[in-house]
Amino acid sequence: MANMIPTKMPMPTQDPDVRNKNFDEVALGYTPEQAMEEATRCLNCKHKPCISGCPVQVQIPEFIQLVAEGKFLEAADKIKETSSLPAVCGRVCPQETQCEMVCVRGIKGESVAIGRLERFVADYAREHGEEKTEKPVPNGHKCAVVGAGPAGLTCAGDLARLGYDVTVFEALHIAGGVLMYGIPEFRLPKEIVQKEIETLEALGVKFVLNFVVGRSETIDELFEDGYEAVFIASGAGLPTFMGIPGENASGVYSANEYLTRINLMQAYHKDADTPIFRAHKIAVVGGGNVAMDAARSAKRMGADEVYIIYRRSEKELPARLEEIDHAKEEGIIFKFLTAPLEVVTDEDFNVTGLKCQQMELGEPDESGRRRPVPVPGSDFVIDLDCVIAAIGTTPNPLIRQTTPGLETNRKGCIVADDENGITSKEGVFAGGDAVTGAATVILAMGAGKRAAVAMDNYLKNKH
Amino acid sequence: MYQILKKRTLNANTKLMVIDAPHVARKAEPGQFIILRVSENGERIPLTIAAYDRKKGTVTIIFQEVGATTMALGELNEGEYVRDFVGPLGIASELDGLKKVAVVGGGLGCAIAYPQAKKLHDMGCEVDLIAGFRNKDIIILEEEMRAASTNLYIVTDDGSNGRKALVTDVLKELIEAGNQYDEVIAIGPMIMMKFVAETTRPHGIKTVVSMNTIMVDGTGMCGCCRLTVGGETKFACVDGPDFDGHLVDFDSSMRRAAMYKAQEKAAVERHQCNLMKQEVK
Repeated sequence: MANMIPTKMPMPTQDPDVRNKNFDEVALGYTPEQAMEEATRCLNCKHKPCISGCPVQVQIPEFIQLVAEGKFLEAADKIKETSSLPAVCGRVCPQETQCEMVCVRGIKGESVAIGRLERFVADYAREHGEEKTEKPVPNGHKCAVVGAGPAGLTCAGDLARLGYDVTVFEALHIAGGVLMYGIPEFRLPKEIVQKEIETLEALGVKFVLNFVVGRSETIDELFEDGYEAVFIASGAGLPTFMGIPGENASGVYSANEYLTRINLMQAYHKDADTPIFRAHKIAVVGGGNVAMDAARSAKRMGADEVYIIYRRSEKELPARLEEIDHAKEEGIIFKFLTAPLEVVTDEDFNVTGLKCQQMELGEPDESGRRRPVPVPGSDFVIDLDCVIAAIGTTPNPLIRQTTPGLETNRKGCIVADDENGITSKEGVFAGGDAVTGAATVILAMGAGKRAAVAMDNYLKNKH
Repeated sequence: MYQILKKRTLNANTKLMVIDAPHVARKAEPGQFIILRVSENGERIPLTIAAYDRKKGTVTIIFQEVGATTMALGELNEGEYVRDFVGPLGIASELDGLKKVAVVGGGLGCAIAYPQAKKLHDMGCEVDLIAGFRNKDIIILEEEMRAASTNLYIVTDDGSNGRKALVTDVLKELIEAGNQYDEVIAIGPMIMMKFVAETTRPHGIKTVVSMNTIMVDGTGMCGCCRLTVGGETKFACVDGPDFDGHLVDFDSSMRRAAMYKAQEKAAVERHQCNLMKQEVK
């Protein structure tokens, strides 16, 4: 008989007033007892709606049953059958719009805490399991993956398991992509990411760092080097700015830059050489996960006041629920229905404030959300010394510009079939943010997974 | 890891290094840059490619020891390694079809202007190379520049090497003397490039400047290197580093470049302090 408690086992976390001053992980993870108890809430439904809610089809009820029985290592193996990065997904997936959204327990009460259980299992296996990665039998064929972010890592792992000789080319000095430069340590410890990458290396995946495809070599040259199929997972690219006066002032960052300085370049260590502006009052423009990450990082860097400026209402915030709740607990001030008009600067072009206007919700727009419209005469200025734009990205132009025959759309995203990553160029597959524009880690992983299957089919048909 | 094959001191605080980096050398062109990290946990800094040898697989960089990272780099010796070295980055300078060009270099900018001058000279283009330095003690690459130009004009701020003048004075004279330039290429401090652009503007001579902005990733991800060109936001790392000097908003770029002055000074002090501790040991 299932445990019919209507609410999830709460996740132990650091106290908000302590954690908003450190970069240690916020959520502390379940104990084995807590995990086993939560696992008994799963009804083990016959039709398994949760699996269809997962972009990489993790066998959710099966792994949860194993957790309930205390077979944590077996549960980890079950997840790893379909997911390359379980410790990452358990932390950063928007479960509430995926597996947990369709969980039957969610109809009356809260869904099973699938994400928290996944995280527990992955962490347990990392700490207690023995490395038993077996190198697959090589099939003699070479594939290249461009970009070592979530899509690239997933695709590389799946191809390696099929016996391919896989090389991942990464522009930065470390593999992991957004998992390293974007998502902060307090949400996703970097050690965990590196551990997942070591697992891929144990499978035989090779990483070439400091290599910019499109500059160091083109896609066509990769084929000349003997790679028979290429997966492009080069990520989202250049940050979008607000298009308002003053946005190139000193003290205006993109979230990408701000987070890169903190995460990848570790500006939060006091003896790091990479500088960062130590602001007192910061506004982050945007309402997604990246905006929450930037705001919560700013607070930890010592800012007294941190605002989230969002032009729609709270209901439309695209960030994960947990990030929004955590941000609020940590003292981030939300300004909803507020749109930026101008970055106010002093004569030296330093930020002194953000001129905003009040919005109200009008008729629904093409996205189905009610369109925010300005309230006339509602302008006001928030005093600030730093503004961070977290309003999305546009695709990096390097590969588009250097790959003849590769079709891109009006926005500059690579055109690829969602089912298999096939592009307009033979042997070239693509997925993740380079195709969709800025999205989530798990969607990128799903694309990497489907592309690996398609690349395998393509190469099998060819030989 | 990328080995330092050769190290040469050009003046009191300017050094040249030849780095073993075949991937970069194979594709490098004048006007492009690299990003390096000296050591683990170090800063990523952009440096313009001063020369390259595709056969030997080497890339030459020239840098001034002005910050913590460049000082740490300057302490490395031949045979030692830099942690990371990525490139070539940025769009190569468009030099094809030019017949007569004035290349203007300021200080360290001469090292960056040199590969452009050399390529143009090798192509048979007439090159007037105007090089400006603060004083005669810091003049670098004089022989190389002479060999890569039709006429070389070296001037100093204090007159310690013959002529006391600004590069813009020489440029103005050459233009007024009737030299018809297809293009003027200016590389050096932003303030110099700004005034070169102002010198050529009334004459309508196309002027290309190389924008040495602050960068982090250098591959089109962070947006740190943005500048205003003709009222639009551009990114030096993927749209540049070369831009039309008549359209660049130099004033805002100069202010952005100064954003971390205080922190950079603190890093230098920390670095010197660490060095002293090492010496005491």
